[in-house]
Amino acid sequence: MSERPAYTEYHPRWLRRQPSTYWWLERRAYLSFITRELSSIFIAWFVVYLLLLVRAVSRGDSSYQEFLAWSRHPVVLVLNVVTLLFVVFHAVTWFKLAPKAMVVHLRGKQLPAALISASNYGAWVAATALVLWLLLGG
Amino acid sequence: MGDKITLQVTRYRPEEESSATVQEYEVPCPKDWVVLDGLNYIKDRLDGSLTYRWSCRMGICGSCGMTVNGEPKLTCETFLSEYGHGPVKVEPLRNFPVIRDLVVEIGDFMRKLVSVKPWIIRNKEKLLSDGEYLQTPDELDEYKQFGMCINCMLCYSACPIYGLEPGFIGPAAIALAQRYNLDSRDEGSAERLEVLSEHDGIWGCTFVGECTEVCPKHVDPAGAIQRYKLTAALDNLKSFVIPKSAR
Amino acid sequence: MARRSLEPVLWLLFSAGGVASALFVPILVLLFGLAFPLGWLSPPSYEHLYGVLRHPLTRLVLFAVCTLSLIHGAHRFRFTLYDGLQIKHLNELINLFCYGGAIVLSIWAGYLLWRLS
Repeated sequence: MSERPAYTEYHPRWLRRQPSTYWWLERRAYLSFITRELSSIFIAWFVVYLLLLVRAVSRGDSSYQEFLAWSRHPVVLVLNVVTLLFVVFHAVTWFKLAPKAMVVHLRGKQLPAALISASNYGAWVAATALVLWLLLGG
Repeated sequence: MGDKITLQVTRYRPEEESSATVQEYEVPCPKDWVVLDGLNYIKDRLDGSLTYRWSCRMGICGSCGMTVNGEPKLTCETFLSEYGHGPVKVEPLRNFPVIRDLVVEIGDFMRKLVSVKPWIIRNKEKLLSDGEYLQTPDELDEYKQFGMCINCMLCYSACPIYGLEPGFIGPAAIALAQRYNLDSRDEGSAERLEVLSEHDGIWGCTFVGECTEVCPKHVDPAGAIQRYKLTAALDNLKSFVIPKSAR
Repeated sequence: MARRSLEPVLWLLFSAGGVASALFVPILVLLFGLAFPLGWLSPPSYEHLYGVLRHPLTRLVLFAVCTLSLIHGAHRFRFTLYDGLQIKHLNELINLFCYGGAIVLSIWAGYLLWRLS
């Protein structure tokens, strides 16, 4: 970056087109991307929801029952349905893309991406099974 | 599929106008014609004033990148038959200033490529008498994909971050840096890290992934960037734990 | 200078949070957001849930999942505001809102989980 260009960046006759505020609507891939990014809001919401559950449990059985009743409220239900969709979308896209960042070498050769992907999905199944066992079984 | 197709081509003549216009041309569309053939037909037979870049006409020089029906494409590799009856909208590559008609300014891109120091960096140069560097096929495979870039700038056109933030270093530059970082002969990772870790470096990338989608040479710059983020972040952590002098 | 060295750490936390939230949140939303309220499955009894939650390992893992997911969400939302709404010039305010919010909620999480014992 030490060399000066032969002419300056300011060139009044070049046509510079600014991206529109709705650039993310222009292509399906961009819309898909923004949807994925917006899952962040729903992750944050659900953490708050979980913490409200923890607070209810720490206050006793009646508080816990109140929380369960509140969770049946139509607004809360709809919100959580939407949350589920976004969170699953986040998980699916995350596991699809994570192998790109994690390149594992074994004896000088790269492990195939499919293997990394499979182990990610395996971990997902294991985590799900663990939660189910903790809450419903055990 | 008739024997003619309409091309809606962006015209911009800075000496006459201050905004772009669209001009329509009817060109023949034999089965094997690409968009570039259509443009060449316009220039040869219909309107000699049309200005655009092209060279090898076989997808290796990277000169003919344009936005075709909203998608960044190499016009020499995009068949007219893909568009049925048309019309086919041909615009200059997005995210770059337009100099004239379909020609965009590429100076920013060129400077960014140079800024990542795309050459083998050694702590101490090897003498000629020491012989060649030896590299196994596995070592070659580590970086070969990232070396396939033809500098066509389709990835910069597809990257929304580059469109919003022209200072962003961009996919091709980072992939090129990786091509050298992962080369077993190179010892310059630390030097490149300084450039890439800057404010407009890799951390602006949010992994949209469109750069990889449009790359005609399957370089996968998005993959190169994410992999490099992990390397750079872990390296950053190490520098907190182990002082530089001990490394 | 400080911002320059924070980005890699923030990205690592974002990644860890992405993994944590991808692994644990879907099933939790399915259970506590849909299955239990709608009666598809009967919710755990108070005694059972309290027993599971107050175990130190559960509290630790839950704290980690919550904190990491909050930072993940904050980091992602910050960039969405930058790029989606193109308000990067308000970056100080955005950073404060996003990461500050994540920190405040994490502290609340820590307090709630500590109090369970």
